[in-house]
Amino acid sequence: MGYSGWRIVREAIGGNKGWERAWREPDPAPSYDVVIVGGGGHGLATAHYLAKLHGITRVAVLEKGWLGSGNVGRNTTIIRSNYLLDGNIPFYELSLKLWEGLEQDLNYNAMVSQRGVLNLCHTDGQRDAYARRGNAMRMHGIDADLLGPEGVRRLYPWLNFDDARFPIKGGLLQRRGGTVRHDAVAWGYARAADRRGVDVIQNCEVTGFRIEDGRVKGVETTRGSIAAGKVGVAVAGSTSRVMALAGLRLPIESHVLQAFVTEGLKPLLDGVITFGAGHFYVSQSDKGGLVFGGDIDGYNSYASRGNLPVIEDVAEGGMALMPAIGRARLLRSWGGIMDMSMDGSPFICPTPVEGLYLNAGWCYGGFKATPASGLCFAHLLATGQTHPAAAAYRLDRFRRGYPVDEKGQGAQPNLH
Amino acid sequence: MLIPHPLLGPRDAQEFTCLGDAALLDRPDGGTEEAFHDYLHLRDNPAGVHRELWFHEYGDRSWLVVTRNTLTHEVISAELAAEVARARGRSR
Repeated sequence: MGYSGWRIVREAIGGNKGWERAWREPDPAPSYDVVIVGGGGHGLATAHYLAKLHGITRVAVLEKGWLGSGNVGRNTTIIRSNYLLDGNIPFYELSLKLWEGLEQDLNYNAMVSQRGVLNLCHTDGQRDAYARRGNAMRMHGIDADLLGPEGVRRLYPWLNFDDARFPIKGGLLQRRGGTVRHDAVAWGYARAADRRGVDVIQNCEVTGFRIEDGRVKGVETTRGSIAAGKVGVAVAGSTSRVMALAGLRLPIESHVLQAFVTEGLKPLLDGVITFGAGHFYVSQSDKGGLVFGGDIDGYNSYASRGNLPVIEDVAEGGMALMPAIGRARLLRSWGGIMDMSMDGSPFICPTPVEGLYLNAGWCYGGFKATPASGLCFAHLLATGQTHPAAAAYRLDRFRRGYPVDEKGQGAQPNLH
Repeated sequence: MLIPHPLLGPRDAQEFTCLGDAALLDRPDGGTEEAFHDYLHLRDNPAGVHRELWFHEYGDRSWLVVTRNTLTHEVISAELAAEVARARGRSR
C-alpha cells in the first residue's frame, strides 16, 4: 500500500497496526531473466528501472550484506551536475532531473533538498576555470551562476574571505544541486522494485559466475546456484574482486575515502560548499551535524577505514575555510571503498563475456549518479544497447584513446 | 602507517607518496600497443597482499617497493625499487 499523508492519519487512528514491511524477504528462485549483483543504490535503481521502464520483473538483486550496508549508506549525500566534459554533463544532468522527480516516482520520502552547491574559487585562474565550466553547463541547459566575492558574502558571511593564502574570489553556484537522504535512496528503490515483483535478496554473496562458451549462464552464490539470462554487476568498491571471478582484469584500483560528521550544531550552513584551495566539502544535516569529506587516503585499500593524516588534512581544510567550526567536536568518521578508475569516470558497458554487463568505476562520485546509473544500466541490460547519456562510459575507451578525464590527471587513479 | 625504509629505518607514511602497483616497474618498452595499454591501465587490485611503489618524497627521495596488506593496512616489508629492478635483470 502506498505512503501518503492520508495514510499516516489513517494509521494513527488505527493505532499504527497497519504498516507492513517495506519489502519482502524472498528466497532465491532457481532462475531469473536478469540477476543484478550488488544491492546498493545503483543495483536497486537498476532493478527499479528494469521493472518500470522495460517491464522486466523476473529480476533478482543479490546483496552480500544488508541493503544500504555499502557506499550508498557511507557517502556525504551530495547531488549536482556541475561537470565540464561532454561525456559527463548529459549523464549527470539526467541524474539530477531524475532526483527532482524521485520521490513521486518511488512513493518514498528521500528528503531531496535542492539547497544549492557552491564551489569556491581562490585564484583568478580558478575563477576563469569555473567560468568555463559554468558556460559549458549553460550550453547544455543546466543552471550555473558565477558569483563574485560579494555574492558569496551574501550567502555565507561567516566564511574566511580574507585569508592571506586562500582569499575567496567567488564561486560557481548550482542552485539545483543539494543533498538527499542516502539511506532512504536505497530503501526507496528497494521498496519500489519489490512492489513491481523484483526479488531483493540479502545475505547472498556471489562466489562465481557460470560461463559456457563465452556466455554467462548464471551465478554461484552462498545461497545456491542461480541461472540467469543476463547478469549485471554493480558492486563498486569490490568490482575488481567480483569481476576477477569472471576472469577480467580492469582499469580500476580500490581506494578508501573517509567522511566525517560533527556533533549537532545550530543551523549554520543551508547549502553545500566546497573549498577550492584544498579538498574539503561540507553540508549540514537536518540533525545539525556538519557532514564533510576530502581526499582519498591515496593507497590501495579494502579496509573500509582510513588513517589519521587524511583526517588532519581535511580538518585543516575546514578550518582554513570556516574557522567558526574550530570548537565543534568530531562525532564520527568512517571509510568506504571506492572504485578509482584510470580517468576518474565510470563504466556502464558490456564486457567481453556475453550477457555479463558492468556498472563500476564511480570513484567518489557514485551517489549523485545513482538514478541515471540505474536507468542507463537497465537500458543496457534490457536492450543490449548503450544509453545515449552513458555512451562515453565504455571499458575500451583507454584502448581507443577516448578517456573522460574531468581532472586531467592521466592514468593515475589516486589523483582523480 | 610506518614504512620500514631499508636505509633509514621506520619512517612515517606521510613522508611518502604512493604511485601504485609495483608491476609499473616492468614497462614493456618496445612491446606491442596492446601490452602498453595493459601496462598503463589495467591493475590486479587484489584484496590482501599487494606490492606497490612508494616514493620517499619528503625524505631521501628513493623509490621503494612496499609489500602491504590492503585488507588490514599492515606493512609487511620494504625494498629499494632500484634493487628490485636490478634483480629482474634491468640495468638500472
